[in-house]
Amino acid sequence: MTARLASAPASAPARARRRRHIATAYLFLAPSAIPLAAFVLYPMFGAARNSLFQWNLISDPVWVGLGNYGELFTDSATLRAFGNTVLYIVGTVPLVFIGGLMLALALNRAIKGRNLLRGIYFLPVITSWIAVAIVWRWLLNPSVGVVNNVLATIGIEGPGWWTDPQWSLPSIILASAWKDLGFVMVLLLAGLQAIPQEIREAAMLDGANAWRRLRSVTLPLLSPSIFFVVIISLINGFQVFDQVYAMTGGGPAGSSDVVVLRIYTLAFRYGEAGMASALSMLLFAIVLAITLIQIKGEKRWVTYA
Amino acid sequence: MRSLSRIGIGIVASALALTACATEPASEGSPNGSTDSADPVTITYSNFISDNGNEDNLATIIEAFNNEYPYITVEVETLPYADYFTTLQIDVAAGTGADVFDIEYANYPAFQSLGLLAPLEGVDTSVYRGDIAEAYSTNGTMHALPTSFSAVVMYYNATLFDEAGIAYPDGTWTWDEVYAAAETLTDADAGVWGLYQPISFYEYYKALAQAGGQFLNADGTAVAFNSPEGVAAAEWLIRKSGDVMPTEAQGAGTPDFDSGLWADGKLGMWVTGIWNFGVAADSSFDWDIVVEPGKARAASAVFSNAVAVAASSEHKEAAQLFAEFLTSSQTMVDVRLGSGWELPAISNDAQLAAYLDQTSPANRQAVFDSLNGIALPPVIKDGQAQMQDIISEQLGEAAAGRITVDQALSNAEAAINSLLG
Repeated sequence: MTARLASAPASAPARARRRRHIATAYLFLAPSAIPLAAFVLYPMFGAARNSLFQWNLISDPVWVGLGNYGELFTDSATLRAFGNTVLYIVGTVPLVFIGGLMLALALNRAIKGRNLLRGIYFLPVITSWIAVAIVWRWLLNPSVGVVNNVLATIGIEGPGWWTDPQWSLPSIILASAWKDLGFVMVLLLAGLQAIPQEIREAAMLDGANAWRRLRSVTLPLLSPSIFFVVIISLINGFQVFDQVYAMTGGGPAGSSDVVVLRIYTLAFRYGEAGMASALSMLLFAIVLAITLIQIKGEKRWVTYA
Repeated sequence: MRSLSRIGIGIVASALALTACATEPASEGSPNGSTDSADPVTITYSNFISDNGNEDNLATIIEAFNNEYPYITVEVETLPYADYFTTLQIDVAAGTGADVFDIEYANYPAFQSLGLLAPLEGVDTSVYRGDIAEAYSTNGTMHALPTSFSAVVMYYNATLFDEAGIAYPDGTWTWDEVYAAAETLTDADAGVWGLYQPISFYEYYKALAQAGGQFLNADGTAVAFNSPEGVAAAEWLIRKSGDVMPTEAQGAGTPDFDSGLWADGKLGMWVTGIWNFGVAADSSFDWDIVVEPGKARAASAVFSNAVAVAASSEHKEAAQLFAEFLTSSQTMVDVRLGSGWELPAISNDAQLAAYLDQTSPANRQAVFDSLNGIALPPVIKDGQAQMQDIISEQLGEAAAGRITVDQALSNAEAAINSLLG
C-alpha cells in the first residue's frame, strides 16, 4: 500500500493527505511510544554509555573505554555467574517443556475436572516469586524441611539443598520448574486447541496410532507454539533473578550466582555501575543473538497449518 | 504503621509550619537583624535509625525541634537499614538526595572524599564523645555529627546458667571459658544451644583484635590477617558451629533466628549489640550482659551512626541546625535514654547516668567498659562491600567444612589484596 502510494506520481493534495495520515498514525502511537522511549530506549542507551565509564553512582564517571568489558571476561565471579545461568537453562528448559507438554496433552482431553486441574497447575504462575521462594526454602530445608523428612522415611538421606554448593542450583531449578510448568502448559494448550480436529480424524481414519498421530500431526502443527515457548523460556532463563535472590542470594559461596544477580550486586552492592552496565549489554547481546538465530531457523522448524 | 507515623510527622510538621506562618508574619524588622532565619524553610531528612520501632521517638525529637525553630519544617523519610545505603547512593546519583541524611563510620570516608558532605562550621564539638566524634572529622572540620553509638556485648541467660550450676560470665572471661560454659549449657535434645555468634566479617575483625592481630598492615596496602592470630580468630568463630552453636542448615543466619532462640530461652550466651535490649526486655527468664570476652585482650565492636548535611543542600543553615539538635539536644538525650534507643554520643557522662540506673539488663556499665577497647572495622577506599563479602563467604565455606581455615584465609588474603592493589 505504502509502496504504491510512494511510487505513484503524487499530486499535491495526495501528498498533503498522506502527511495527514502519517501525522494521525504518530498521534495514535504517541501514548505508547513516548513512555517506551523514556523508560526503555533512553535507559538502554544510558546503560550502553555507562558501560564505558567507571562509575560508583556517586562519584564523577571516569572514561575507561572497553575496559569494563575486558574486566568482565577475567572476573571469575562473573564467569561463574554465566556458567550457572547456562546450567540453570539446561536444567529448567527441558524439564519445563516436557512437563508442560505432557500436562497440556493430558488436559486437552475431555477428562473430569479438567478446568479445575488447569487452574491448579496455573496457580503457581500467578503467585509472587518471593512467596514461592520462601515456601520452597522451607520445603527444602536440609534439617527440618518436608522434602528431606519424606526422603528420610524411605531411607534416603536428603542433600543439603541450599546449604550445599552442589545442590543450591538444582534447588532453584526444581522450584522454577514447578512454578513455570503451568505457564508453558497454557501456551501449549492454546496451540493444541488451534489444531483442526479434522486433520486428527483423517489421520485416525488412515490407521495412524496415538504415537504416530502425536509425532506426525500434533507436534508439527504445534510447532509455532513450541517455537514461541522455547524462545520465551530461553530469554526468561537468561533473566533469572527473583528466585535466586530470594532462595539462596547466590550462595553458598556464589554457587548459585546468576548473571542478573551479578549485575545487581555489581551495581548496587559494590558500586561498579560501569561493569554492571557492561554486563547488561552482554546479556542483551546474547538474548538478541538467540532470538535472531531462532527467527532464522523458524522457517525450517515451524509448520503452519 | 511506619507510614502512618510518617504521615503523622508530616501533619505535625506542617501544622507547626502553619502556626509559624500565622504567628510570625513576614520577617521584617526582627530586633537583632537576623532576618533570614525566620523565613519558612522545608528540609528533608532521610534516615534508617528510627526504622523498626523508633519512629515515634524521632517524631518526638522533631516536635521539640519545631518548638525551638518553628520556621523549619522537617520532612522525614525512613528506610530499613538493609536498603538504606543503596537508596542513598541512587538518590545522590539522581540529585534527589535529602538535605540531612544518616551515614555511618564505614562509608563516611567515601562520601566525604567525594565532596558530598557539607563542612559543618561552628559546631561545638565538646558536647560529643571525642573517641566517636573524631571519626567524622576531616582536616579539623566536622563533616557529620554522631547521632548515637552502640556496642556489641555478650548477653547471657542467667536462668540457664543457674540450672546448669555454673558461674555467670564476667568481664575477665576468655574464649576458652566461654566455650567450656557453652558445652555445659548445650542440650541438643532440648534444642538448647550454648552460644550464638554470627560467622561474618563483623565478628571476624573484632575476634582478630581480641586475638591481638591486625587486619591491614601499617600503611593499609595489604592485609595482615593471614597470621597465627588471624587463624586463631577464624577458628574461634568456626569451631562453635554445629557443636555448641546451630549451623546454617539448622537455621543460623536467617532473620530473627537468634532473637527467636533467645526469646524461647534456648540460648545460653548471645554475642550481639545493645540494640537488642528492647527485644530481650520481654524475656521470661533472668538475663544480663558482660563485656565481650577476648583472648590476648578485650576488644569490642562499637558502632556509631551520624547525620550529615548534603553539600548540595539549598538550606544548609537550617539543615545544620537540625543536625545539631538531633545529635545534642536535651530532648534527644531524654528520648533516647527513656526508650532504650541507642545511646546518644554525648560527652556529658552525668547526663548518661540515668542510663546506668536502669535495669534489664542491670550491668549497663559493661556498655561503657566496652569503649575501653574499641575494635574499629578496617575501612578501605574502594571495595569495602567486596572485602566484607569475601571474608564472610570464606569463613562460611570453612564453617561448612568445605575448605580449611588456612585455605579460607589464603583465599581471602589473595582476593582482598587484589582489591587493594
